[in-house]
Amino acid sequence: MGFFLETVFGGLMAGMLYALVALGFVLIFKASGVFNFAQGAMVLFAALAMARFAEWFPRWLGFDSAVLANLLAFVAAALCMVVVAWLVERLALRRLVNQEGITLLMATLGIANVLDSAGQLLFGSATYKIDIGMPKDPMIVLDKVFDGGLLLSKEDMFAAVLAAALVTTLTLFFQKTATGRALRAVADDHQAAQSIGIPLARIWVIVWSIGGFVALVAGVIWGSKLGVQYSISLVALKAFPVVILGGLTSVPGAILGGLIIGVGEKVSEIYLGPYLGGGIENWFAYVLALAVLLVRPQGLFGDRIIDRV
Amino acid sequence: MFYRENGQFKTSYRADLALFPVAQDRWAMLALAAVAFVAVPLLASDYSFRAIFIPFLILSLAAIGLNILVGYCGQISLGTGAFMAVGAYAAYNLQVRIDGMPLLLALIGGGLCAMVFGVLFGIPSLRIRGLYLAVATLAAQFFVDWFTNRVKWVTNDSSSGSVSVRALQMFGFEFSTPTQKYLLVLTLVVIFGLLARNLVRGAIGREWMAMRDMDVAAAVIGIRPVYAKLTAFAVSSFIVGVAGALWGFVHLGAWEPSAFGIDKSLQLLFMIIIGGLGSIAGSFFGAAFVVLLPLFLNYVPHWLGLAISTATASHLEHMIFGALIVFFLIVEPHGLARLWATGRQKLRLWPFPH
Amino acid sequence: MQGSNFTRVTALVAAGLSMVAASSLAQAQAAEQFVPLLVYRTGQFAPLGIPWADGKQDYLKLINARDGGVNGVKLTFEECETAYDAAKGVECYERLKGKGSGASGFDTQSTGITFAVTDKAFVDKVPVETPGYGLSQSVDGTVFEWNFPLMGTYWTATDVMLQDIAKKEKGSLKGKKIALVYHDSPYGKEPIPLLNKRAAAEGFEVLLYPVTPPGVEQKSTWLQIRQQRPDYVLFWSAGVMTPAGIREAQASGYPRDKIYAVWWAGSDHDVKDIGEGAKGYNAVTLQNSAAKDKVLDDIRKFVYDKGQGTGSAEGVGAIAYNRGVMISMLQVEAIRAAQEKYGKGKPVTPEQVRWGFENLDLTADKLKALGFGEMMRPIKTSCSNHMGDDWARVIQWDGAKWNITSGWYQSDKTHINALVKEYAEKYAKDKNIKTRSCS
Repeated sequence: MGFFLETVFGGLMAGMLYALVALGFVLIFKASGVFNFAQGAMVLFAALAMARFAEWFPRWLGFDSAVLANLLAFVAAALCMVVVAWLVERLALRRLVNQEGITLLMATLGIANVLDSAGQLLFGSATYKIDIGMPKDPMIVLDKVFDGGLLLSKEDMFAAVLAAALVTTLTLFFQKTATGRALRAVADDHQAAQSIGIPLARIWVIVWSIGGFVALVAGVIWGSKLGVQYSISLVALKAFPVVILGGLTSVPGAILGGLIIGVGEKVSEIYLGPYLGGGIENWFAYVLALAVLLVRPQGLFGDRIIDRV
Repeated sequence: MFYRENGQFKTSYRADLALFPVAQDRWAMLALAAVAFVAVPLLASDYSFRAIFIPFLILSLAAIGLNILVGYCGQISLGTGAFMAVGAYAAYNLQVRIDGMPLLLALIGGGLCAMVFGVLFGIPSLRIRGLYLAVATLAAQFFVDWFTNRVKWVTNDSSSGSVSVRALQMFGFEFSTPTQKYLLVLTLVVIFGLLARNLVRGAIGREWMAMRDMDVAAAVIGIRPVYAKLTAFAVSSFIVGVAGALWGFVHLGAWEPSAFGIDKSLQLLFMIIIGGLGSIAGSFFGAAFVVLLPLFLNYVPHWLGLAISTATASHLEHMIFGALIVFFLIVEPHGLARLWATGRQKLRLWPFPH
Repeated sequence: MQGSNFTRVTALVAAGLSMVAASSLAQAQAAEQFVPLLVYRTGQFAPLGIPWADGKQDYLKLINARDGGVNGVKLTFEECETAYDAAKGVECYERLKGKGSGASGFDTQSTGITFAVTDKAFVDKVPVETPGYGLSQSVDGTVFEWNFPLMGTYWTATDVMLQDIAKKEKGSLKGKKIALVYHDSPYGKEPIPLLNKRAAAEGFEVLLYPVTPPGVEQKSTWLQIRQQRPDYVLFWSAGVMTPAGIREAQASGYPRDKIYAVWWAGSDHDVKDIGEGAKGYNAVTLQNSAAKDKVLDDIRKFVYDKGQGTGSAEGVGAIAYNRGVMISMLQVEAIRAAQEKYGKGKPVTPEQVRWGFENLDLTADKLKALGFGEMMRPIKTSCSNHMGDDWARVIQWDGAKWNITSGWYQSDKTHINALVKEYAEKYAKDKNIKTRSCS
């Protein structure tokens, strides 16, 4: 029993990490109608920026404090993501207004290529460190109740709390602020929003900057876990089932989807995996999402797809 | 002036329904065939066969298959690599387990297995649509990645988990030189290309396009969505499976499961978008773009005499590739095929302005 | 707008096609020895590939600068980026195999590319050296005429790990649980046959935990390990899977000093960012790649001091870098051996280099003279043994640097030779290869 609880808890934590990445997808889709295949590349770019600036600032500005270096690097990386957002909007999105979903998808794939390579050209292709002082050692609780106790990861819990805070802030932002309302209007209908005077270009820059900021947070968390290298952009593949399970347009859906996929993955790998030879969690997550979609084609919280003839 | 259809009168329905109704088109196709079948084998080097023509042809075949699914029927699929893998491994198993299996039958068998697999993973498309379907098809991709790694009989109990094919032989004739392989692949691609072209302008092609444009309306007028979607998956996976078998047998010779990973799926999707959705010729253009451009970009530093490291060159190549994709999508969202069609329209009037 | 776009695009495409056609025609011929360098400086495994490529190239530059080439024949080389992709690797192979007097040998740096290239190498008659990777059964030169898994294979690595473990367990592995956490690919699956054989013979239990590539999230694997409590974990990972795994081991409290990693998972970049968290992590080295030696000083003196270095000077001496240097050395010595037989001072053909690879005899004195006295022990290849002698050591990370914590190991050939024979025979049967005789 203890081990099952441990598995479930581990899954919840892993799920929150996936949700962090999925959040970026949902935000950008929600507000600009683009499925941003470049989200993984944005995570990589942001993480690289953070890691390298944290390394360079002490050298350039001649101070020692790691906290200050991390803080400055974070701000610098966030600014980088704003610049990226601005460039993407200016050079790509502006000219692809009203194109079909698949065209925009492919455009983001092209942007992913550019971001991946630009990031590596600017910041390097080796492995880099992000150290924000996250606790790395395990925490064992309830070892009187269960044999061996339950394993909790302090780092993952910290990341989960961060993700929850981010989600709450973003939900409030979308619901309560004027910009949030403008974003929702743009997501609903580009032309209508333009006709009532919402500046489309600026809104898109804002959206992609927020997406970039979320990518930065995800990049910092994952980078602190894995080290920053090209493969970090592949965490996006882990986040796709979360996005479609939760619904492409729902921020709470990203979190709930993440939790479900996380738990589903771990439980399937540990309890079903041994019968199938192991290594099943990757495709199981997608099959799980697929199964839910068969019942609810728009995901758990996505907007209902209404067919108009 | 040259491309006028003046004076070309069709005197039978059969002539009217020909694949290339305009005589100049027929001549151009024949000339292209002559170049491809005769001139290229005589003039091209081994390197260009192995590194340019053969991958280009095989990937165009796969792109044709994917175009049928995505361009003509509107079902976005990101699992094409999986179908190629199924085709390749099935063909391998047929070749290895049945002595004296002719190459062609092995390839077709691979295609048929991929077809069954495609129909199976196409069933969700009856309920799931659009981007959700795109991501759901990744389930097929990752499942096959795992399956080919885990299940031993797929690789004929190979110790390493990778497979390698024996000599390509059919009815006593062995395809060993690059020229022979090229001609084999070219023949298959031409046959499948013509078949696909015919298919998409027939009734079933129209059903697919109706499903793509407005599936609810199509169902209302009596087109069965199940039939249309599943046949699209079936035909598409068959062609993609044969292409996958060719990729493994002819181009790679020996492969491990990662050769058909998600990168391949995305690469094929690039091809059909750049080439043009809903166009058979577009599949060729897109394949040429994706195969030739990286090679071309590889050579540019040489010619410009720039001494840049391979890493920088590789990164720049990726960036330029990505930027060109975005550029093409901005300039012509309907792909190179649309540019080509526009060109042909202009050619009809040339040299007159209107 | 449409028309000008059309013309622009057509011009671009036409220019591109003509350039590709032109370039594929002539290749410059020169009286030099050409060594192709297949590398991956981008992609998933770039952190490993970059120092490897730097090491390979720097040694060739050293030979040119310090010795004036091999008996006066200068070495030319060209890097081709494969990004660890099989299709790209094939393209690089095709492009470079005929360059100059022929490619002296291909170190594909990847098991996947090796598979794709091996078949072609048979036909093109070009040697493929796969030091420390590739097919473990390619040691058998009677079947694998053109493959050279020099210095060690995955089976020898497994054996060495088990030897070191047995030492810690007072000589017997009976009743122990040994887990293999592996990259779910042919690379990761290589040790399994040998592990199973040894387990049957010595009475220990093997637990298999595949990790789907790229392996960024391994919680389920290490939770299972926490539950099953294997005594030791053999770690066959690559790329980001390595730090992900070590961190997960740390997070689940599995003692890092019970983990043994294969050489591709035991480089500096894998652990230096984890620092204290990876303290105790063991790895097996190819020969003694963790040592410092005279050849590195020579490289600094003759290459870096002259501003000709490929990478940065700080990278010289990293484990991954040293491996590249050793691999290039073997390539150069094969060329030298070929020249001894076929004509000193002239470029040699790939077939002749193959003979060179098959007749390597690097004694301790020769190695010392070349500057590898500390890093390598003697290697002697033969027609039936394409690996030569395998030597390895165990290194351990102490939180800040790697320390060599064992003596020299050589794998126990009892089981390995039987496996090599069995698998090589199967390969020959599958591919209809006539085995050579080695008289």
